[in-house]
Amino acid sequence: MANHSSAQTTLHEHHFVDTDHQFDAAKLGMWVFIVNEILFFGGLFCAYIIFRAWYPDLFQQAAYQLNAVLGGINTLVLIASSFTVAMAIRSAQTDNQKGLRNHLLFTIILAFVFLIIKAFEYNHKFELGLFPGAYYNPAPEVLEHLNHPKANIFFSIYYMLTGVHAIHILIGIGLLISLYIRAGRGRFSSKFYNPVEIVGLYWHLVDLIWIFLFPLLYLIE
Amino acid sequence: MTTAEATKVKSLKVQRFQPSDNPTKNFLTEEKGVWAWMTTVDHKKIGIMYLVAVTFFFAIGGFLAVLLRTKLLSGSSISFIDANQYNQLFTLHGAIMVFFVLVPSIPAALGNFILPLQLGAKDVAFPKLNLGSFYIYVIGAIFTFIAIAANGLDTGWTFYTPYSSESGTSVLLVTFGVFILGFSSILTGTNFITTIHKLRAPGMTWGKMPLNVWALYATSIIQVLATPVLAITLVLLMMERVLGIGIFDSALGGDPVLFQHFFWFYSHPAVYIMIVPAFGIMSEVITTFSRKTIFGYWAIALSSLAIAFVGFLVWGHHMFTSGQSPIATTVFSFLTFLVGIPTGMKILNWLATLYKGSIKLDTPMLYALSFLFIFSIGGFTGITLGALSVDIHVHDTYYVVAHFHYVMMGGTLIALLAGLHYWWPKITGKMYNETLGKIGSALIFIGFNVTFLPQFVMGSQGMPRRYYNYIDQFAPFHIASTIGSYILSVGFLLILYYLLHSLWKGKRAPANPWGSRALEWQTTSPPPLHNFEHSPVVINEPYDYHRPMEEFQLGIALDQGEDSDHTEKEKV
Amino acid sequence: MGRLFDFMLPEAKSPTADSTDALFHFINEVSFILLLGITIAIIFFAIKYRRKSDDDVTPVIKHNNALEITWSVIPLILSLIVFAWGYSGYLNLKSVPDDAYEIKVNAFKWGWNFEYSNGAISPAELHVPAGRPIKLVMQSRDIIHSFFVPEYRIKQDVLPNRYTYVWFSANEPGESHIFCAEYCGTDHSGMLAKVIAHEPDDFDTWLTTSNTGASDDPVEHGKSLLTLNGCQSCHSVDGSKGIGPTLKGIWGHDVTLSNGSTVTVDENYIRESILDPQAKIVKGFELVPMTSFMGILDDKEIDSIIEYIKTLK
Repeated sequence: MANHSSAQTTLHEHHFVDTDHQFDAAKLGMWVFIVNEILFFGGLFCAYIIFRAWYPDLFQQAAYQLNAVLGGINTLVLIASSFTVAMAIRSAQTDNQKGLRNHLLFTIILAFVFLIIKAFEYNHKFELGLFPGAYYNPAPEVLEHLNHPKANIFFSIYYMLTGVHAIHILIGIGLLISLYIRAGRGRFSSKFYNPVEIVGLYWHLVDLIWIFLFPLLYLIE
Repeated sequence: MTTAEATKVKSLKVQRFQPSDNPTKNFLTEEKGVWAWMTTVDHKKIGIMYLVAVTFFFAIGGFLAVLLRTKLLSGSSISFIDANQYNQLFTLHGAIMVFFVLVPSIPAALGNFILPLQLGAKDVAFPKLNLGSFYIYVIGAIFTFIAIAANGLDTGWTFYTPYSSESGTSVLLVTFGVFILGFSSILTGTNFITTIHKLRAPGMTWGKMPLNVWALYATSIIQVLATPVLAITLVLLMMERVLGIGIFDSALGGDPVLFQHFFWFYSHPAVYIMIVPAFGIMSEVITTFSRKTIFGYWAIALSSLAIAFVGFLVWGHHMFTSGQSPIATTVFSFLTFLVGIPTGMKILNWLATLYKGSIKLDTPMLYALSFLFIFSIGGFTGITLGALSVDIHVHDTYYVVAHFHYVMMGGTLIALLAGLHYWWPKITGKMYNETLGKIGSALIFIGFNVTFLPQFVMGSQGMPRRYYNYIDQFAPFHIASTIGSYILSVGFLLILYYLLHSLWKGKRAPANPWGSRALEWQTTSPPPLHNFEHSPVVINEPYDYHRPMEEFQLGIALDQGEDSDHTEKEKV
Repeated sequence: MGRLFDFMLPEAKSPTADSTDALFHFINEVSFILLLGITIAIIFFAIKYRRKSDDDVTPVIKHNNALEITWSVIPLILSLIVFAWGYSGYLNLKSVPDDAYEIKVNAFKWGWNFEYSNGAISPAELHVPAGRPIKLVMQSRDIIHSFFVPEYRIKQDVLPNRYTYVWFSANEPGESHIFCAEYCGTDHSGMLAKVIAHEPDDFDTWLTTSNTGASDDPVEHGKSLLTLNGCQSCHSVDGSKGIGPTLKGIWGHDVTLSNGSTVTVDENYIRESILDPQAKIVKGFELVPMTSFMGILDDKEIDSIIEYIKTLK
């Protein structure tokens, strides 16, 4: 078989000319996937925009129920994790195995911090009866600030947006852990850091979506 | 020479190459066994698995259609199925045909097989992901079958709320099945886009890509951009049933028309996911069987992209009577006409390709010519439906049913048949019986028109769609339509028979039975495991039919340092 | 006047139908000519340029700008004509004349009620005076339906959360079919009604003598409420099996529920079943959920219905 390069190296798959070729393809594939993710969230943002245009006062009243301080801390946590993931890529590129592992570990820890804070937020909402849609049953102290017939829809949108985002964080944690394990076995180097870079792209996307979510939901005055 | 510019390799020595008509090894004889098939990452085997799955679903969907048509022989006097069962049958017919047959049919089945061959690549960019897409498709299908076995589904394939929020059938399972299926479509699209960008053979510039590749490229773009919106819509619908979030449920303060907007934002582009790949097949078949360079290469290539983009802006034309604002309705109507223009241009370009050609009416070409006729009717009636005042009258009647069958079945499915017959020798290495093929195409053409032409008339006469029962004045049209559906079934059974027969008894197919100039025919039939014995170098235009076959030969690259034990196969 | 595609359309009975029909015919005739041209060209080329030998060499004709511009611009112009024509017809369908007579339409699974200004309600029959614009103010009680009268060339979805409007005018007295055009479940195809156009004087007579739904006798009142609310499209009163359980002979009897327990049909069970139908579903009827009548029927009306059900032995 006239296979260009089968004997040279095993780092790339048979149908690519060389590793760079494979990196390029994988990166392009990831960008295409990111576009698809943006449209996925785009649908939810559309629902947000439409309902906000219909009931602007609802969103102002309801934002008061969200804890902007916790949301703000979470924003900082995610920005920090974007930084650590970028450092992890840098470490892989410079063959710094220890740095790679540490930065991946930091990122994973920060992601868990985000989820824990999120869980506290959800728990507080549940205590106040702020459930989505049909199960919406607000406590009396909520009604002082938020008395709107469509308030249940706001919380539907809130839970959908933040919930779907949290699922993305969970998937990201899974990917990061698998990277961490592979990094522990020394699989990555300046010659082969493609998976780290691709997961990094995904992680930046997840952060970016949160950076849109935060002001849209929490910071409405 | 064009080869130098497109490659990073210093320089390529190019030789002419003639594939063997009697290859000793091919992808079917290597890696044999069930396990090898199930774990294969070979795009050709995955394509064939899709083809088998699509055929299976088409058989189920078709059987449901025949049941429906048999019921509709009479309004009230035939009742071997009751109204609820009827509602389930048409829902499943629609859902299976759209999500399990039409969407994956051409791109995932034929496209998977043909795309890398046409690009001169060894495989798609992400072969494992490709296999993953197939299994995701299978899992989605399993969910749907569980749903059918559990409670069925009676919402119509469009899942309109609030009906779907309160229906007692398995809406949740089916939407979850379709949601999973969506990922299959997204990943296939991602894979194809990357493949087309990164794995073209040396010399395959964008202007030398076969039009089928352009069509698949446009399709993949739509898949990647539209399917996630369907996914999120279905998530919202599922959450509606699980958590009662009520975004689409008027009883909880939501808005059911919003669901329609979300749904059609995907489902209208989905129409183009189904039809644009059909355009690709048409360009290949028509050039091959008229032995002529395509007329208007760039017009056809770019109009696919134009359709892909404008197609995103016309979803509201499914909702002229829904109560959306009149201004929105007007804008959607206007854009709808704009998307019609590139489609019309394509038909005329193909027609012009026939002019002064050397036309041979083999089975694939018969399907292609049927396509031109049937798809034109589908297009013209689309104009009727886009016209605001007329649409008010014919919306949600059998006129619409007939229109989308003319486009989806008469367009996509007939193009699929054209492509299947055209590439059958390449896929299987066997020739089917040409006479039976011609009879089959005639049966399909006649059966199709007898089934669906009367539906235009009864629709504009006022027969609404999705009716279990009907008033007597519509009876003659329904009877004619049912008879047509029987003719169609016979046609499909005949095709199934002779294609299967050819697998065992068919003549061995030569490498290039149609005398095509396209790249996939310049390798053996069936192709070797990695598609080409030698990496091809594209030195010709994709439709170089003006040169006689003996002058036309494909180039291959001679690797530096490669020894001479391959050269015996190469003629200079 | 006789046009090529006259056979495709039903009789036109509203003045707004003329523009719709003219456009429909225009599109069909132009399409027919174009389709004929395409078909003839296909057949002609297939015969004239059939393959004579395997060595046929074909000319290289890659494009022709003049031709391509022609066949892009002409369809574009035709499309724009169709768009403008359709738009003007649509505006007409959407602009309700000021002097229109207003009738309320109530759609439900699976039937139509028409309510007039004097409180009269007519189920399944829309009575209108001929020659006068009629504005229908429509709302659905449950899910989306669509009001479709082919002979008036009108169609409008009827939504549960807001009012939608449609108007027409009957040219002369007569009857026309009303269909539901938006799929709405089991008896979608049975959701039919009739428009009955009267001479204006006859209409006034009909209106003053028609049933307003109110009655002093609770049994009679209950019976008419069952008709007006479309209960009988699911619940028969003669013992036959329908989409829901029959109402005949259930009073005082035990019924088995979907969870296996039993309950006696009494005032409280009927009341609960009307207001919260999903609370206790009779075994075997889980598939098609009933719509709640909370906010539609008041206590007095429910009492009347219970009185009527008591009489169904």
